[in-house]
This record gives sequence, structure tokens and C-alpha cells, in this order.
Amino acid sequence: MISWYVTQASSYAADVDGLILLIALIVGAFFVAAEFVLVWLIVRFRARPGVKARYITGEKTSETKWVSYPHYLVLVFDIIIVVAALRVWFDVKIDLPPAEERVRIIAQQWAWTFVHAGPDGRLDTADDIRTVNVLNVQVDRLYHYELHSKDVLHSFSVPAFRLKQDAVPGRAIVGWFRPTVTGEFDIQCAEICGIGHGLMPGRVRIRSAAAQAAWMETAPQMRPLASATPGVGATDGHASPPARAAAPRLSAGHEPGHR
Amino acid sequence: MSGLVAPPAAPHDAGFVKTYLWSTDHKVIAMQYLFTGMLMALIGGFAVYVFRMQLAFPGEPVPLFGRVSAGQYNSLVTMHGSIMIFWVAMPVLLAAFGNFLIPLMLGCDDMVFPKVNRLSYQVFLLSAVVLVASFFVPDGAFGGAWTAYPPLSANAAYNLTRYGATLWVVALALEFVAFLLGGINFVTTAMNSRAPGMRMFDVPIVVWMIVIASILFMASVGPLLAGAVMLLFDQALGTGFYDPGTGGDPILWQHLFWFFGHPEVYVVLLPAMGVVAEIIPVFSRKKLFGYRTIVYTAVATGVISFFVWAHHQFVAGIDPRMASLFTITTLIISVPIAEMVFVYIATLYGGSITLSTPMLWALAFVAEFLLGGVTGIFLGAAGADIYLHDTYFVLAHFHYTFFPIAIIGVFAGITFWFPKMFGRMMDERLGKIHFWGTIVAFNVIFIPLFLTGAAGDHRRIFDYSGFPDLATPGLQYLRITATMGLVSLLAFQPVFFVNFIRSLVRGPIAEANPWRANTLEWSAPSPPPHGNFALLPEVYRGPYEYSPEDRQDDFWPQHVPDDPPAPVAGAGGWR
Repeated sequence: MISWYVTQASSYAADVDGLILLIALIVGAFFVAAEFVLVWLIVRFRARPGVKARYITGEKTSETKWVSYPHYLVLVFDIIIVVAALRVWFDVKIDLPPAEERVRIIAQQWAWTFVHAGPDGRLDTADDIRTVNVLNVQVDRLYHYELHSKDVLHSFSVPAFRLKQDAVPGRAIVGWFRPTVTGEFDIQCAEICGIGHGLMPGRVRIRSAAAQAAWMETAPQMRPLASATPGVGATDGHASPPARAAAPRLSAGHEPGHR
Repeated sequence: MSGLVAPPAAPHDAGFVKTYLWSTDHKVIAMQYLFTGMLMALIGGFAVYVFRMQLAFPGEPVPLFGRVSAGQYNSLVTMHGSIMIFWVAMPVLLAAFGNFLIPLMLGCDDMVFPKVNRLSYQVFLLSAVVLVASFFVPDGAFGGAWTAYPPLSANAAYNLTRYGATLWVVALALEFVAFLLGGINFVTTAMNSRAPGMRMFDVPIVVWMIVIASILFMASVGPLLAGAVMLLFDQALGTGFYDPGTGGDPILWQHLFWFFGHPEVYVVLLPAMGVVAEIIPVFSRKKLFGYRTIVYTAVATGVISFFVWAHHQFVAGIDPRMASLFTITTLIISVPIAEMVFVYIATLYGGSITLSTPMLWALAFVAEFLLGGVTGIFLGAAGADIYLHDTYFVLAHFHYTFFPIAIIGVFAGITFWFPKMFGRMMDERLGKIHFWGTIVAFNVIFIPLFLTGAAGDHRRIFDYSGFPDLATPGLQYLRITATMGLVSLLAFQPVFFVNFIRSLVRGPIAEANPWRANTLEWSAPSPPPHGNFALLPEVYRGPYEYSPEDRQDDFWPQHVPDDPPAPVAGAGGWR
């Protein structure tokens, strides 16, 4: 269902969509049945002159079965949904398949900074490529992301990947994704982060291996400044990183005009 | 806890202030809560009007407001959420209905602690004033969402609303104090002041629900109150409870907030379910199906609600393995809630249903809440929540629960007890126009928002034009549809206010028991005087004896003695 709206661009997107579809079918059937019974009872038992209502306590087993049977059904379907949901959850969030490359994502009010490994495929080397608001990845390559925040909570959300993870200052949160189609998709900040919350759109560009290599050739390689590299455990939320200059920072105490 | 017979009537020459503003009468306090809640609902309603207009027509000046800045947008979103939950749903459902109904339904003359009750309202009023005042301080009202996650909420350098953020926390803390005072009263009164003969299982469901809700509130609010004080210290004194830079942890707040926040859902849901449980039997002339089942499921829901909070935090950076546990508890809570809904539906079977305005609202509660309930399953299932978390799907889901609770349930209650509250009948025709207008418009708002959420619209974004995948004409059309739904919803509300005020002034005089209902409040005059009952009632049976088989009448009030008449009521009993 979700794929009607949003491309499935990661290896687990179809699993998440499948789970959502499964839940939709189950609860949809329940919902329709319950609404149908409700409306039918209202129509069937409208007050008619001379017809008295029945006296039913709903305490006898012969009566309660009408409620308990659907109720057991709820329990059974709950179990099915739990199992399906946790399988998907395990694959996306708990399991961490070996990485082919690592990318560092740094969120701040109100911009994304992405540190790519560069041609040597390793972070924190001289050929790292730092970009603002555009994440550049290669199709069919398994990435680990390392998510940081410099100030408040943000949330790294890529709907096309079916991936969402909050960025928490003081922590480096690691997860994974593997893009499966080439193209360009939205990156959102999905956690309110101040007045510029709506002004931090990013894009993920997924390229073929050849195109990715070509991009690396042309991309400006920035030598990481040792003091500003927010490595694991080094984010104190107050570092003054080089990316800040490029961010569309809104001056404090001043309401931004429209757009 | 006073007289055996004829408690002294209120001195009617007490003057306006003493009678209406400084009263200890539970009914007057109920009305104070009701009217304050309705007033706050107008503010919350105006806020949503402004920010929905901005979403439908980004950048255009909004009539009656003007151009909306990003900062104002965040403030309005935050205030809409805070107001509707803490200053509308809670005061109206818990405090107004609780205060009005508990003593009347239990057959006593007032709350156990009337002065505590008065204090509760006064603290509440103060909290409302503080909150509304925050609109007018420099930099405007707090804009960090009603969940107020730090570090954004804790540091003025991040939220840019130094005064608004602090006033928000102070108002919230005051509001909690008010409801703690009220809750003590509700629980104590229900335990101690029942009419002679009224066993626990003769207590009307709505009283059970309000009492369970009060217990839930009192048990869950402590941690958040502590959290709020820490947040206040972080804001005002520069402490670092939530600041990782100085050894704190922002996630701590989320745990404290949702440990309260999820039971809070049931704090407002249960009273609304109780209101519906009172109305359905009356207008289907049917005994409530499985009285004890409802009580047990309500208790079970309350207990389980303390173990589900982290489903709000699946992707918040908690240990992902924790999500497994909270997925299970979250889906389990669907079991008692589904049971309750099934029982309400089953009550209709074999009934003699009259679709009066209160009954329409009560049935609409069930019909609409069903959709809110089933969509919650998507979000409780951790795997699906990865995608749906913080999208408009979440928003549509909880509005399908909160709107039935705070709007449909409240209208059901007001239209049902209006004759008792004010001694006059409301107009049925206006009532039905208002009902259909509100219900249809409500669905026009939120069904499109399920779709935009499924398409990836994330929450609290004041303009989607920066997101190429979301700035499509199709999605914008859905956003505009939702806004049109909202505008029509608001446009139908004057019908209610006209009906309310007109009926108040010149509606037909209501008799004591216009709906031919069983519970004790209907044995008091309409409206009940100070002290409620001329003769304190005694109770002979449960509250839902409708259409008993061997009797001519299709109802059998709780206070009417059994057929071989027992000695006439009045003498004190074991109280």
C-alpha cells in the first residue's frame, strides 16, 4: 500500500510495506465487521411501538460467547501481528549486517552534514567527502550510518528507505541500509527541532557504482579538521563544526520571514 | 457526609460571587470546569484553524490572523495539543463530569472535601491563565510540541521562546496539582459516600471509570511532575538534567513523559467510555451487557497502560531490543479495549433503540473510536512504526481516539445531562444538525490525513515546499481537503452554542427524569439544589435494570424499593 505513494528504495522497504499490508488486512477486516454489526443492530433494533427490549444481563456463558469468540480472535491476530512486526523490527533495527561502507550523518539546527568515506572507502581519512544536505550513496551497497546530533533531537528519516532514527546529542547511533534503486529521494527531519524544523530538507542521491566513482572524482574533498570531527563519543553538543557556516542558520531571537 | 434527611438548602441570598464563583457546591464547580474547558476549546480550535490554513495555503495570510511565521506555527501546534488535552479533555471529562455526576450518582449531598474541590478549580484556573498569558510574552508561546522533548525545550538558545517555555512548564505543573486535588476527592467520595444499599457493583459505570481514571492519573503523574521540575531547573537555572553536555540525558524526559503520557490517554478515554456506557442502555432500554466485564476490563486496561509507554520511543534511540517487549504489551492492551467496545455493541442487541441526540453521539463514539483503535495497531507494531512514526498517520490515529473522547464523548454527556444540569431540555433538531455537521466534517478532516501520513508527510512542518517528494499537487489537494473539513467543523459549532444558550434561557422545562433512566441523579430535581436530594436516596439494585421481564415499566430506578415494599427509605444506613 505504501508503495503506491513512495518508491521502495531499500532492501527492507518491501518487508515494512508487507507488514503494514498484513496489519491493514487484519484490522481492516475487524473494523469492517464491527462497523457492519453496529449499524445492523441499530437498524434492526430501532424502537417499534409495542415491542419491548429484551432483558439480557451478559453475565451468562451462553451470552458472553458472542463477545468472547471475537475476543479470542483478537488475541490470535495480536500474536500474528507481534510475530510479523518483530521479525521486521529485528531485520531493520537489531540485526546489523556487515558494512561495505560507513557514512557519518550529523544533524544540527537546521541542516544535515554527511561525511562520506571517499575513494578509499574509510571514514576519518584525508579523502573523506563532506556534503551539506545531500547524501550520496551507491546502489546495492550496504551502508552503516553513524548518526550524531550537535544540539537538539532530530530524526533521520528517509521514507523511500522506510528508515527512521532519532539523532540524540551525545550519542552515536549506528544502523544500516542498502539502497536498491538509483534515483533521488527526500530526507526529512522527523522530530521537531525548533523554528527551522520545516527548513531542513535533505536529499539522498543513489547512483550506480560508475556514477558514484565519477562523483567522487569531482566532489570537493575536505580534509577533516581533527578538532571538529565528531567521532564516536566526542559529540558534546557544543563543538563548532565547519559545516555550520554552510547551514541555513536562522539568527536567534528573530522570527524568520516566510521561506 | 451530613444529614439523614433534607440537608439544608443553599442560602439563596448568598450573592452571585458566593453562589457561582466561590462555591463549594460540586455542581457549581463542575460548571466552572465545564465553561473554562469550553472557553479553552475555543482557543485550541482557533489555533488549529490558523495552522491548518497555513498548511493548505502556505504563505497566504490567514483571515483573522495574518501571515504565519515558522515560529508562530510551532507555537500554535504546541498550544493546540497542550490545550486540547490538558485544558479541555481533562477538565471537561474528568473534572466537570466527575464533579457533577459522582455525588449525584452515588446519592450524596456533595464531595467529601468540598473546599479541596474549590481549591482544585482555582488552581486549575490559575494554570489556564498562566498558559494563555504565555501567548503574550516576548518571543511568544512555547513552540517545542506538546511533548516538549529536551534539549529543545530545556534551552532557550534552541527553542527561542525563553519565557513561553517556562510558562508552559509552570502551567502544566499547576494543572497537575489541580487534578491531584480533584482526584483525591473523586476516589474518596466514591469509596465513602455511596448511598445506603449501594454496593461497589451497583455503582454506575461512569463513576467507576472516573475513579479508575483518577487513580491512573495520580499514580502516573508523580514521575512527570518530578520531570517537569527538572525541566524547569534546566530552563531557569541552567542545570543539566537533560543536557548530555553536562552529564544529563534527553531520553530521560521521554521516559518520564510517556510513563505519564500513555496512562493519560486512558485517563481521558475511560470517563468518555463511561459516559457512553450510561447513554446506550437508556436509549436502547437495555441492561448493559456484562457490567462486571466492563469494570474488569477497565481495571486491566489501567494496569496494562503502565507498561506500554516506550512504544512512543521505538526509534528514539532506546535499545532496539526493548521494542520487542513494548510491542507485545501494546498489542495486548488491544484485548481489554476491544472487549469493552464489543460489549457496548452487544448491548444494542435486542434493544429498543431511539436515536435521540445523546444516543447519536454515543453511537458515533463507538463507530469512530473503532477506527482510532485499529489504526493504533500499526503504530504499536514496531516494524511498521519505523515508517509511520511521527507522520500524519500517527496524528490521524490519535485524533480518531481523542476526538471521540474529547468532543464526541463530551457532546454526548452534555446533551444527555443538560436537563439535569440546567433544568431545561435542549432542542433536538438543532442538536441533530450539529451532530451530523460535526461528524461528517470530522471524517473529512482526518481520512485524508491518514493518506498523507502513509505518503510520508511528517509532522509539525509548516511548509512542505522544500520536500520534492511531498510537494506534489495530489498531497496538497489532500491537505486542502482536510483544512476544508476543519473549517466546516468549526462552522457547525455555533449551532451548538446557539442551542445551548437558547435552551438555557427558554428550553422546555425538564422534569426530574426526562429520559426515564435508572441512576440516582435522575431522582433529584432538575436542576438539583445545593445538597442535591430532598431525601437522601437508598439503593435497591444495580443501575441498568431496563426492561425487566416481569414488570410493566421498561425501567426500574435504583432508588425505587422492591415490589413488596420495603420500609420507606431515608434512614441513614451504615454510612
